[in-house]
Amino acid sequence: MVSLSDYLILSAIIFCIGLVGIFVNRTNIITLLMCVELILVAVNTNFIAFSHFLGNEAGQIFVFFILTVAAAEVAIGLAILTLLFRNKGTINVDVTNSLKG
Amino acid sequence: MTFDQILFYVFSFWFIASSLAMIFSRNAAKAVLFLILSFFSAASIWILLEAEFLAITLILVYVGAVMVLFLFVIKMLNIDKSTLRAKFAGYLPLGLIVAAIIIAEMTLVLGGNQFGLDVVAAPARHGADYSNITVLAMQLYTTYVYPFELAAVLLLIAIIAAITLVHRNELNRKKQSISEQVDVQAKDRVRIVSIASSSKEAK
Repeated sequence: MVSLSDYLILSAIIFCIGLVGIFVNRTNIITLLMCVELILVAVNTNFIAFSHFLGNEAGQIFVFFILTVAAAEVAIGLAILTLLFRNKGTINVDVTNSLKG
Repeated sequence: MTFDQILFYVFSFWFIASSLAMIFSRNAAKAVLFLILSFFSAASIWILLEAEFLAITLILVYVGAVMVLFLFVIKMLNIDKSTLRAKFAGYLPLGLIVAAIIIAEMTLVLGGNQFGLDVVAAPARHGADYSNITVLAMQLYTTYVYPFELAAVLLLIAIIAAITLVHRNELNRKKQSISEQVDVQAKDRVRIVSIASSSKEAK
């Protein structure tokens, strides 16, 4: 049988792959958004694994809400991306420094 | 090795391999395709965990809607690929070191001693009459009905925000001006012209 720790280690590996993706692709906002999606899927796998092994459905309800929030995040993120490309002509993160933060 | 374990390792292999291919691919469209493959593998693993509704939701909502949205934006923006990967090598060693440390720590914490089968026993599989959707709906429409409504409001706000952000100004739009319509006078609309009637001599 597959144990709970197998699922947890799998989602830890996926989480770290998403993290490395943010390090590596830090100039491309589209790939950054995709890495955030990967991290969210890893977290959702954690929730579902605990929900299955502990016999509590609340974890699956939480995943439902996380999916909702992630969909809203992607819609607004891509809208901002389109706006950025329209104003700057590029989506390179290094160019978008007009806030001088 | 049981059949469950074989399925788990096959799906995990494709999940990890396609995720790695996603973050290291130079082409954003190819990255989206690899991410679709990794979402499919994730959905397969969720089905192994008996979360059928969420697995189907992941495929329908993520692969069907969100990933297609990504592809739309990538095709629409026509990104110059050469400028996007200028600092590829600079941050890769640091990222790999951080990831290796995190994976090592998490493996220590989440390993078989703490969460193995002898600590958390695998639950018995549900029978054929078990409905995951019914169980989720019973929870969602009773205990969690208020967060459910809030999620609906959140989606509405996201729609309004996205449309407002990318909406262009009224360049070519025909629209009503209510104040001008109310303020109109009869002389603005009707012009009375006195025209001399033609006489018989003119003919």
